[in-house]
Amino acid sequence: MSGFIEPIVGRYLHVEIEGEINRIYFEENGSGIPLVCLHTAGSDARQWRHLLVDDEFTRDFRVIAFDMPWHGKSNPPDSQYGSEYRLTTASYTATIRAFCNALGLDRPVVMGCSIGGRIVLNLAIEHAREFRALVGLEAADFQQPWYDTAWLNRPDVHGGEVCAALVSGLIAPNGPEVARHETLWGYKQGGPGIFKGDLYFYRVDGDLRGRTGNIDVNACPLYLLTGEYDFSCTPEDTLRTAAGIPGAKATVMERLGHFPMSENPEQFRRYIAPVLQDILDKQRL
Amino acid sequence: MESERIRQDHGSPVPFKPETVTAAFKTIPDLLARDEALIARGRSLDVDCQLGPSTQPFHLAIRAGRIVDMIPAPVLMRSWRFSYRATPAAFAAHWQKMPPAGWHDLLALTKRGQATLEGDLHPFMTHLQYFKDLLALPRRNGFGGLS
Repeated sequence: MSGFIEPIVGRYLHVEIEGEINRIYFEENGSGIPLVCLHTAGSDARQWRHLLVDDEFTRDFRVIAFDMPWHGKSNPPDSQYGSEYRLTTASYTATIRAFCNALGLDRPVVMGCSIGGRIVLNLAIEHAREFRALVGLEAADFQQPWYDTAWLNRPDVHGGEVCAALVSGLIAPNGPEVARHETLWGYKQGGPGIFKGDLYFYRVDGDLRGRTGNIDVNACPLYLLTGEYDFSCTPEDTLRTAAGIPGAKATVMERLGHFPMSENPEQFRRYIAPVLQDILDKQRL
Repeated sequence: MESERIRQDHGSPVPFKPETVTAAFKTIPDLLARDEALIARGRSLDVDCQLGPSTQPFHLAIRAGRIVDMIPAPVLMRSWRFSYRATPAAFAAHWQKMPPAGWHDLLALTKRGQATLEGDLHPFMTHLQYFKDLLALPRRNGFGGLS
């Protein structure tokens, strides 16, 4: 309908991260338990736009999605222009905690996808008591590489085209065509070297094998959900990770791939609704 | 150069006949000729490459996104810049209307050892979505109904 205005509100938050003020763009809608959503590597928070306007979820949750520094409408920190971007476990963890603290969120739920799913595991390992629940989509302690990330940032290859073409196979076949295009559009718009820099965390710095066994789900419930068509973080990767964490809940999502919230929002809703309800039920006990 | 050994010992996720896979592959030039949008995306692509089932690959000459020649390998002393070959089982699964998980993408097939990618990968990577869509064309033609 022409003239319809969505209820999402977007604002900029000044956040000190590792000693420097960052101007972070975030969008939000709803009220209740804060639910902070983390986008995938090389993309931005637009991936969460369907969850952000879900009438049922936003009745009980203040859904918040922010663009990581260097992504979307969050520019690089002033001092970092011209330097090579590399996300690390430490910098990613610091960014999430600083964002939540700057907004004054009281024990938020954090839900992340892909690299966001991996860092959720690190939050569970190191900072579980700061969070009400943690949800990892396409999350595992480690997964086998399937291409050389050097292709993502070189002057003789179009970065947007190659990033989108690489991840296109991670979307489940026969989902909504527009949602597929929109998911890939995010990859076509990333800054040069940003997807590659995110994957430094994913491939090199963020190997959590041998550490996830320390996660205490009594301190903070942990939910892991992975699409059956994700051949990057496979269902087997997630189930293996969950098997090493007593009490973790793992679900394999049918007809979904690596970008469940954006590639097929309706199908994703079927799986995330019971998780959010479970989190709500635990608050009411 | 990137190379992965093809494993022939995997079971096929779908029933198929090897000759139907080769026959379906031979339809790709005609299917491409009818897809102006895909040709347009390859408009700056000129490459000689080797593609197809590992049991019967083909030499392709692509000019401005169009296949101008496709001939079964081997051809004496014919050069190619890159090669993508997959097991017949992999193509049969890949061309299903709803391909099984892990068989639905060219690089999913290399990851699971059902395809091999060799040579100078630059033309492949600069036109990655073109080649993904090109090698998926038999799916559109109803191959999945054969199994």
